[in-house]
Amino acid sequence: MADRGDAPSPVVVDRGAAADDEKAAAYGPVTDWAKDLDHADPAYNRYAHQIWSDLVADGCPVAHSGRYGGMWAPLTHELVSEVAYDTQRFTSRAVVVSRTPSSEIEPAPIGGAPPITSDPPFHHHARRLLLPPFAPKAIEPWEHDVRALCHELLDEALASPAAGVVVDAATQYAQHIPVSVIGQMLGLPPEDDEQFREFVHDAVEAVNVDNDERTAGFGRLDAYLDAQITEHQADPRDDLISYLLNVELFDQPLSPAHVRGTIALLLIAGIDTTWSAIGSSLWHLATHPEDRRRLIAEPELIPVAIEEFLRAYAPVTMARLVATSHDFHGCPMEENDWVLLPFPAANRDPAVFERADEVVIDRAENRHAAFGLGIHRCLGSNLARLEMNVAVSVFLARIPDFELADPSGDDVEWSVGQIRGPRRLRLRVKP
Amino acid sequence: MRVILDDEKCQGHNRCYALAPELFDVDDYGQAVVIGDGAVAPEQVDAARLAVANCPEFAITIDGDT
Repeated sequence: MADRGDAPSPVVVDRGAAADDEKAAAYGPVTDWAKDLDHADPAYNRYAHQIWSDLVADGCPVAHSGRYGGMWAPLTHELVSEVAYDTQRFTSRAVVVSRTPSSEIEPAPIGGAPPITSDPPFHHHARRLLLPPFAPKAIEPWEHDVRALCHELLDEALASPAAGVVVDAATQYAQHIPVSVIGQMLGLPPEDDEQFREFVHDAVEAVNVDNDERTAGFGRLDAYLDAQITEHQADPRDDLISYLLNVELFDQPLSPAHVRGTIALLLIAGIDTTWSAIGSSLWHLATHPEDRRRLIAEPELIPVAIEEFLRAYAPVTMARLVATSHDFHGCPMEENDWVLLPFPAANRDPAVFERADEVVIDRAENRHAAFGLGIHRCLGSNLARLEMNVAVSVFLARIPDFELADPSGDDVEWSVGQIRGPRRLRLRVKP
Repeated sequence: MRVILDDEKCQGHNRCYALAPELFDVDDYGQAVVIGDGAVAPEQVDAARLAVANCPEFAITIDGDT
């Protein structure tokens, strides 16, 4: 059975629940995904899997758009890989497509949020500072805390009289897990969690807004982080902010802009990505009871299933700016054009994956690119995997039988922008 | 039969360490390290092949696999 998500044909203009979404694109709705693609159109994430496969099947392996000052989207594993590995012709100095003019974006090779916005050779050094706290053996000890948090969240969700037997797995469960862990790692007050979600919205969801609005959003984030940095300078402790304030690069302390940009990266990058990945996994299990029953019967299969959820529902599309004008397989890419890097589309390429459109829950050979390819491999991948495995295991143990509260799927709200996942996922808990 | 890791290609996805921990370790930076000389015992052949097939960067090969 081909897995087509919850969608009818996206090419037919049945925009379903997305039609009157208040976040509807300021550029206006897309009618031609090949020539006018906009990942911030509310219909895009909802119908993404079908949009990609239809485009490639129709002979369009690289979609284009005149929006955002010009944007390309390679859609096959081969082409996505080529862009990801080519750090000469494609710069990472901006990785979230926006309407901000490229002249106002921090220059290469450092960028505004190192190392994700950095290019070689600076990138290597900035990244190396951050690898140890996110290495597998440094992350493993967090399992106990994550498990306890997941249980607490479900205690609350299941106890709430207002919720009755319906739990919103996105807002009551998935979103709180990464927020809590990264907040603790950085050393930020737990009561600020709600603000983090606003910062994430401003940074990665509110992309189709004018530049003043986007700049104001970053201004709020910067002001918050500056206050936290000042507080850590006065009262250093064992957390990542204090680490960044003390660590040296080329025998010098990091610049204040580097510290703040890196904290912003660590705060933003892990939150709605992991939230999305957990939510999509639970969406799949709500809509595929045979897979849910199998994971309950064979919990040792959960780590394998998580890799398949990462492949099939990969949440993260990155972006690059074209560094030098060139012809890319017949596409005239101009300097400062945007290039979307849809790793999720690469993960559904039938040239690389057998039964690419199906979710094969025990897929043993799974060379997916959910965490990116090349030097910018997701720094938090070990943490994300831990959170996903624990979140899904605990959810299944506590709530073995559940389905979408609205079986049509129209009630599920999908995110807008480069991170794809459910933002409202109401599940009916069955006795 | 032995596993060979291309250090230049490895980006620390950590799949080999998860799937074949008798053959791969990870260092303090999360980069994969081949344990010993990478020799694959008969009971580790399946794990070795899984490590190869799950590396997103194509960084692992098996020498002498027939």
